[in-house]
Formats: sequence, C-alpha cells, structure tokens
Amino acid sequence: MKTIIHIVKKEFRQFRRDPKMFGIILIAPIMQLLFFGYAATLDVNTVHTMVYDRDNTETSRNFIRDFSGSGFFAIDYVAKNENEINEQIDKGNILICISIPREFEKRIERRETAPVQFIINGSDGNTANIAAGYAGVIAANFSKNIAADILGRQGKKVLPTGQITPEARVWYNPLMKTRFFMVPGIVAMLLSIITMLLTSLAVVKEKEIGTLEQLIVTPIKSYQLILGKLIPFAILGFVSVILVIAGMRVIFGIEVRGSIIFLLGNSFLFILSTLGLGLFISTISKTQQQAMMIAIFGVLMPMIYLSGFTFPIENMPESIQIISYFIPLRYFMTIIRGVVLKGTGFAELWGETFMLGGMGLAILLLASMRFRKKLE
Amino acid sequence: MNSTIIEIAALKKWFGDTKAVDGITLQISKGEMFGLVGPDGAGKTTTIRTLCGLMTPTEGTARLFDLDVVTDKRKIQNRVGYLSQKFSLYGDLSIDENIEFFADVHGVPNYKKRRDLLLEFTRLTPFRDRAAEKLSGGMKQKLALACSLIHTPEILFLDEPTTGVDPVSRRDFWKILSDLLRQGITILMSTPYLDEAERCSTVALMHLGKIIALGKPKELKARSGINIVELTADSLREIREKIEQQTSYTVQLFGDRINIVIPRADADEASFAIKMKELDISYSSIRIISPSLENVFIYSVQQQSGAIK
Repeated sequence: MKTIIHIVKKEFRQFRRDPKMFGIILIAPIMQLLFFGYAATLDVNTVHTMVYDRDNTETSRNFIRDFSGSGFFAIDYVAKNENEINEQIDKGNILICISIPREFEKRIERRETAPVQFIINGSDGNTANIAAGYAGVIAANFSKNIAADILGRQGKKVLPTGQITPEARVWYNPLMKTRFFMVPGIVAMLLSIITMLLTSLAVVKEKEIGTLEQLIVTPIKSYQLILGKLIPFAILGFVSVILVIAGMRVIFGIEVRGSIIFLLGNSFLFILSTLGLGLFISTISKTQQQAMMIAIFGVLMPMIYLSGFTFPIENMPESIQIISYFIPLRYFMTIIRGVVLKGTGFAELWGETFMLGGMGLAILLLASMRFRKKLE
Repeated sequence: MNSTIIEIAALKKWFGDTKAVDGITLQISKGEMFGLVGPDGAGKTTTIRTLCGLMTPTEGTARLFDLDVVTDKRKIQNRVGYLSQKFSLYGDLSIDENIEFFADVHGVPNYKKRRDLLLEFTRLTPFRDRAAEKLSGGMKQKLALACSLIHTPEILFLDEPTTGVDPVSRRDFWKILSDLLRQGITILMSTPYLDEAERCSTVALMHLGKIIALGKPKELKARSGINIVELTADSLREIREKIEQQTSYTVQLFGDRINIVIPRADADEASFAIKMKELDISYSSIRIISPSLENVFIYSVQQQSGAIK
C-alpha cells in the first residue's frame, strides 16, 4: 500500500513540473465545453434565402413577408434572373431560393393550385432537411390563410369539423438544442482522453527513458506499479469531470437532473475500461508517439464515432450497431445523457451500469495481466 | 572471506535464433570487481539483465547469495543494485527526489542520512535541488549510481557505466567504485573498454555469447603465451598486408602503430629487425612489449573465429 502511495506521489510531482499536463487537465475541459456548446451545433438558426419573384404582386409579396417574418429565413438576395440562383447556390451564399412563378396571384384568385418552387442546397443534408421543413410549414400556413380568406370574403365561416391537431411537447430538451445533447457527452470524451491517452503515455514514457526497467529490479510488485500509475490519472479524470459538470451548469445552465453520485459511480466504472485500454496500449507501443497514434486513431476515434456521441446508433446499419455493443463508451454515453437530461437513475439504467462495470473489470484485468507478462 | 556470491552455470539466453548468451559458467567471489568485457553484441547486457531478474534464462541457472534468480527473485531484489546503460532517471524530478523515490520503493526507512552520505560520496550535494535532466552526463551517471545504492545492496550490477561519459567523470566514477569495493560490496560491470577491464580483479572476455577467456588480467596476459612487436611507421596498412601474406603472425592495427602477435619464444628484438629487413619493411621504431589486455582479447577473438593461420 505504501509503495503505491509513493508511486502516486512521484506521479503528482511530475505533473506539477509539467505545464503541458496542466493545460490538458484544466484548459482542455473548458475548451471542449465551449467548442461543443457553441460551435458544434446542428441547429439551424438562420436560413440564408434568395427570392426570385417573377409574379411581383401583392400576394407574392405577402408570401415572401411570411418567410422574412418567421425569424428563420433571412432574405439576403433578390434574384433578377435564373442565373443568379445558380450563382449564389454555387458560391454557398444561400441555402434556399424561393422561386415564385408568374401568375401566382392570378392562379390563386382563379382558385387553382399555384406552384412555388423551393430550390435547396442539399450538400448538407441535415440542414437542407430542416430548412425544407420550415419552408413547408410556412407555405402550408399561407394556403390555409388563403382558404380562410376566400371563405371570409364570401361571408362564410369556416365550419368547425373534427380535426386532429398535433400538440408536440418536447421533453428533456424543449428547445431541441444540439448543445443539450452534446455537452453531457463531453464528460465521457474527456474522461476517455485523460484516462486512456495520458495513462498510456505515462507508462510508455517510463519504458522509453528506461526507468521501468529500473523499477522492475526493485521489490515493487507489478500490481503496485499498475495501481500507482493508474490512480493519479483516475483522480485527474474525476477532476476534469467535476470541472465540466460545473462548467455545464455555469456556462450553459444545464443541470444534472439525476443523482451526481450515481453519475460519478458510473464514471468510475467507465474509467476502469479506459485505464485498462491505456495500459494495454502501453504494452504494444515502444514510443510515446506510437502510443499516441494507437490511442487516438486506433481506439478513441472509433470509440467516439460508434458511441452515439454525434451520430445516433439507431440510424447505423445493423452490423455496426452490433460492434457498438462492445464499446464501453456507448453505455456511458447513454448513462450520462440519461442522468443529466432525463434524471434517470439505477432503476432505468441498471443494464448499462452492469455492462459498463463488467467490461471495465474485464478490460482492466486482461490489460494488467498482459502488462505483467510483459514485465517478466 | 573468499566465498562465492554469484554462481552462473551453463547459462543460455536465446532470442529466437539469436544466441545472445550461449552457455556461460562463472563464479564470482564476494568483494570482487568483476568485469565482463567484449564488443557490442557479445552478450554482456543480456547476462547482467538475466542476473538482475529482468530476463528468464533459456537454459542453465544463475544464483546470487545461493538463491536462484528466477525462483527466489523477490528475496534477491532488495540485496542487489542495478545501473542500466541509460542511467534511467526521472528527468523532471530533482536529485533529492529521485533518490527519495528509489528509497521509497525499496522500502528504506530513514533514508535521509544515507542519501546525504551518498550525495557527499558522489559529490552531488551542491546540486541536490537541480532537476536530473539538467545535469551533465557524468553527474547523471553518478546520480543513477546513488539511486542504485540507496538500499545498501550487496551486489552492484553496472551495465557499461562509463559509456558516453567524459574522461574526467570516468576517473571520478572509478574512484567512487574503488571506495565501494573497500566497503565490501561486490561489483559486476560490463565494459567495452579494455583499459577499464585492466582495473578489474577478474575479467571474463565475452564474444558471441561465450566466454573465451576468464581470469585475473595479469593471468590472462601470462596465459596467452604471446608477446607483441610494436612498430610505428608511415604506411601501416602496407606493412600489415606484407606480414599477413608472408608470415604466419597475426597483426593488430591501431591508429598510429601496428602490433604483431608473436609466440613468447620468438621474442627477440634483433632477430625481428632482421626479419623486417628481409620483408623490405621500413619503420621508424620497433620494440617488443608484453601484451595488453586488448592484445590478448583481439588475439583470442581472432583465434576463436578461425582467423588465425
């Protein structure tokens, strides 16, 4: 036990001397929080719009006003000919062009169907979809008003009939902000990076400078060495988790609705697996560069993509969904989003908790055994 | 007093097809300064690493204090010190902290006094707060030595401790080693330098995983049965070619001189001078000297590899 404390003490002494380490541990969490909170957003707040109004009547102008008044569409350009549409879409200046044909007003007055063309830049499918959705809603409302208008002019009233009105209530993230989805995930990402990447680097560093060999000659037992190397990073991981949770509250007002203790407990189970992976990486790399490359490209990137951090797992092909079951981060991601956004706890998340704990223990044990074998 | 403390019997360590250590047998007595000498790749480091328990032998046994290095590893660990080739230290920790850490992991209680003593001994006291990475090569090496001595080991393994260290520091280091010997510690060191080997009480010449000569430096020289004719001349290469082609002597070329290995019976300067004239060799000086360890070593290696005619 004493030996472990001595190694931990030495490790912290080395952190203190290494300014880069402080950067990673204190600044990285805040940076990530800001990046993901503000920049990495899938929300569509402003749709840059061009209008090509060939009708140029009161009705067509009203139609356009409905768009500009919606708050989403910013009419940046008014086209005078078709070529301009191509030009601005190619330049990426506009996302959508509302093209109103001649006789728009006349057709409406003749009670015919009046087509309006939306030309949408679909290179970013997600945004295009959202913009098309908004535009569709505005157009539908406009035609509803026309119908009501015409009936009104004829002195008739719209007779109430049995209608279905969807009243959508969005739970947990009422404003449907990407931020709410992303920010809790950062906790998981940071934990992975700090515990896995830094652990593997720290162990490989000792290998590189040769102190590991020196330690093997001493009476240190391998479990003491492993724990002594892992505990400091577990502590650092927790420090950054607490930083991010605090930052989440202060900067974005996202509160943890569930139990923080449950969350921290699961963080612990999660880092068993990341520490194990870090240790494993250290057994297969000779230099810190190698360890870094393996950790980032071999483990972290696939882990993050397949965890549901950015892309919902439900949308992935089945074969890839199966792979994602073997990724501890997947479970932790579900847990952390559940606890932070929905306030769920063990009653709902016990399955994930057990998977996380089981995988963590298995990975850490296997990695320790391999590390031990390598030492001898 | 002259009891055996290290006993190696038919030790082999193979890495796949590479026979790094190929059956060596050795006994080292307590209080000796034992030198493993040989070129790179001779198997010196592997031997030392096996003795430290860093590697498991492929075959054979090695015993320290009559304890097996594999099965009794734990009992041995606190009684030996090891200084690897790289002077492995934590560069970002100070001298004091490095020693403290190694004292801690060895479980040395009240190490402070011993640390002061070691720092005094290695003359590192004035730099004790300096980070290890900011030390010169020689100081790093002395610090590494101090770290490996903190738990007062009975045997000290040094793997090429003076490689890459400047001559002044080297001399310093040797002084420290002889002080240690006086305290009764047993030292086993490997070195590629034959001048250092001369200072060991016993030397094993290693070549391709085998010991090709073993004994006190003086004995080795005497046993070799050779003498050396040393010539200095302008065209050393030509002379070597001539002698190799027209006589049965072995030639060792050094930078500024040429050594001809001759049987001790042939050691007669005058007759050699005549022989040189017959071969039409001109030189600026000739003398017969007793062989250095280097001569003996090169001669043994040449004999081993069948280079001798």
